[in-house]
Amino acid sequence: MKNIIRQVFHSPKFVVGFLIIALILLTIFTYSLINPGDPLQMIGLGSFFKPGTYISAYDSVGAEANTMKLPEADGNRLAGILSDADRISMLQWLTAEGIPESDIDLTDTTGLLNLWDDNYDPSIKPKGMTLAQRNYYSRLNSNLANAENNEEIIIAQVNEETGSLERSGVISSTDYVNVRDIANVKVLPLGTDNFGRDVFKELVSAVKTSLLVGLIAGLIATFIGLTLGLLSGYIGGIVDDIIMFITNLFTVIPAFILLILISNSIGQESRGATTVAIVIGMTSWVWTTRAVRSQVISLRNRDHVNLSQISGHSLIRIILTDILPYIASYVVMAFILQVSTAILAEAQLSMLGLGPKTTEIPTLGLMMNWSMLYSAHLNGSWWAYFPVIMLIALISFSLNLMNTGLDQVFNPTLRD
Amino acid sequence: MNGYRKYFGKKIFWLLITFIFAVLLNFILPRLMPGDPVAVIVAKSAQGISDTSAVKQIYENYAEAFGVDKPMTIQFFTYFKNALTGDFGLSFSQYPRPVSDIVSSAVWWTVALQFPAIIVGWLIGNLLGALAAYIRKGFDKVLMPLALFVSSIPAFGVAVILLVIFAIKLKIAPISGGYGFDMIPNFSWSFIMSVISHYQLPFWSIVLVSIGGQAVGMRSMSIYELNEDYVKYSRFLGIKDRKIVGYVFRNAMLPQITGLALSIGTMIGGALVAEIIFSYPGLGTTMLQAISQSDYPLLSATTLIITLMVLAATFVIDIIYGLIDPRVKAAQFD
Repeated sequence: MKNIIRQVFHSPKFVVGFLIIALILLTIFTYSLINPGDPLQMIGLGSFFKPGTYISAYDSVGAEANTMKLPEADGNRLAGILSDADRISMLQWLTAEGIPESDIDLTDTTGLLNLWDDNYDPSIKPKGMTLAQRNYYSRLNSNLANAENNEEIIIAQVNEETGSLERSGVISSTDYVNVRDIANVKVLPLGTDNFGRDVFKELVSAVKTSLLVGLIAGLIATFIGLTLGLLSGYIGGIVDDIIMFITNLFTVIPAFILLILISNSIGQESRGATTVAIVIGMTSWVWTTRAVRSQVISLRNRDHVNLSQISGHSLIRIILTDILPYIASYVVMAFILQVSTAILAEAQLSMLGLGPKTTEIPTLGLMMNWSMLYSAHLNGSWWAYFPVIMLIALISFSLNLMNTGLDQVFNPTLRD
Repeated sequence: MNGYRKYFGKKIFWLLITFIFAVLLNFILPRLMPGDPVAVIVAKSAQGISDTSAVKQIYENYAEAFGVDKPMTIQFFTYFKNALTGDFGLSFSQYPRPVSDIVSSAVWWTVALQFPAIIVGWLIGNLLGALAAYIRKGFDKVLMPLALFVSSIPAFGVAVILLVIFAIKLKIAPISGGYGFDMIPNFSWSFIMSVISHYQLPFWSIVLVSIGGQAVGMRSMSIYELNEDYVKYSRFLGIKDRKIVGYVFRNAMLPQITGLALSIGTMIGGALVAEIIFSYPGLGTTMLQAISQSDYPLLSATTLIITLMVLAATFVIDIIYGLIDPRVKAAQFD
């Protein structure tokens, strides 16, 4: 046993797969220690906040300001104000004024602004431009002018007695505050989803649930498959015929359809993550049964099995001591594959709206379903769906890798 | 010829049995719902209907269609007869359109999309897998992990990624649907062009997913075959490498054909979900509608049709396999 484990850990494929899974597990455990709380808490009012660090604007006003003279600050500020759409609008005005398009570089902010300052004149009315468009340009111009002037921003508070505004502070363009001085800073590594929930936190919890679903489903499927395979292969005869008949039936009738029918029959209310896992496990044992049966048939007439039979050992003892150790590697491999297919099956079910009920815990499939329902892929919120896809892929990739590694250890012909 | 007849006879017999079983499952599973199935269905479908007489009408229609007052066996035969004649009742969500009408318009989109895609993916995957097994060093090291990773991305994931890259970022493919939303299906040139351009992304996403898994399987198969005695013997005889690779490929293909027959159900399941991403007007999207709108008759018909599709595909592959592999014929004489 010790030897086998050592051999398995010499396989680079297995080790890589194992490390990825171990890393994922480690992240799950440490993250839930660092950042406990309900993963489904809706923190953002609004949907799909971009990933990044969110600093309380309210707190940063009161924080102690330091003056810094940074030469690139003005340029950055202007570049930040000028959106891509604004730049294109400026280009349209400038070309309407007769400046050749080749002279204008949209990425060069200073050059563009110089051209703009030289050419923009609110009194000019280019042909075909509506009043609304001219107003837009004059607003844009005043915004730019303000930004270029670096005027101080005055903070005022309402005096409670007189009701008038009183100046309480000034922010100049050279003021900087240290992020550490600000009381409320929220880091959202993957932004928020359509409900305003922290995607990263949700994802960690979803991976945990999905792995658990995979584990439960895998255990159930392996248990059923192993039992049926052992019975069918070892006992043979009518038992074999009946079990093989059922197995053959369920190989052709797609498990996916069975899953849909059963999940739909259970109903949304009583469908928890565990129920879904059990249903997945009960519909995916077919492959294990087949593999175990063919292995057992080839073992059944080996000498050591015959010897045990002659010695009058019980059926259970023969199966446990003479057959199981020989097929253990196959069973472990089948189990790993079951886990990976179960995670995928949960995701597919959830995409159809037949996943676990949506109010309690997130799963990878549910997150995918939500992001698709709220068209994250159409409005550019990649953080809501891409990490989910990649995690599903990564989990099943590492499980498959472990499986291939084991395959190479136990089937020497496949070794590199 | 006798051997083939026996083989085909067996396969047809098996097809019939699985068919009956599939119908039976479709019949039984919804009836295993706790409580009165009709009441559950009516409660789901009558949400928002305040008119009690309408709800009662729905209930009675369903009680009659399900025949809940009759014994189970009679219920089953009624259901079976209706299923054979293609009578699945009326859809809830698209009332008063008959379910058979909705399903028959969706089924061809799915068939035309999935079967070519799965076959193309299977062929490319097998070629790559055999190549990887033959070249092994270097190539194998790069291609194998890549194929493993690609085959690990779920079909809907590939669909979303392709959609975002090609339809939204590069804008070279339409975002959703099976044809332009401003068109009515007909045989005009512009309609056919629209169908083809909408076909690309779903097609390639299914192909990409099936390539990876097939390549990995074919590689192992080919490596097994390369170690067989006949390969060594052929080498001793001085037969050209090219020819040996041909033999190996043919022999390694045979289990892959059986593998296709056994995995086509899973592949179709994955591809159905990929259809949803593109709102392709096939069975996957129909199924999603049926589920989200609690359209029970539509869901039941869709699952039945998909099962039948898988059964038929498996049957056809089995028949082809029987024709290709001479051992099948020989085995029947035992």
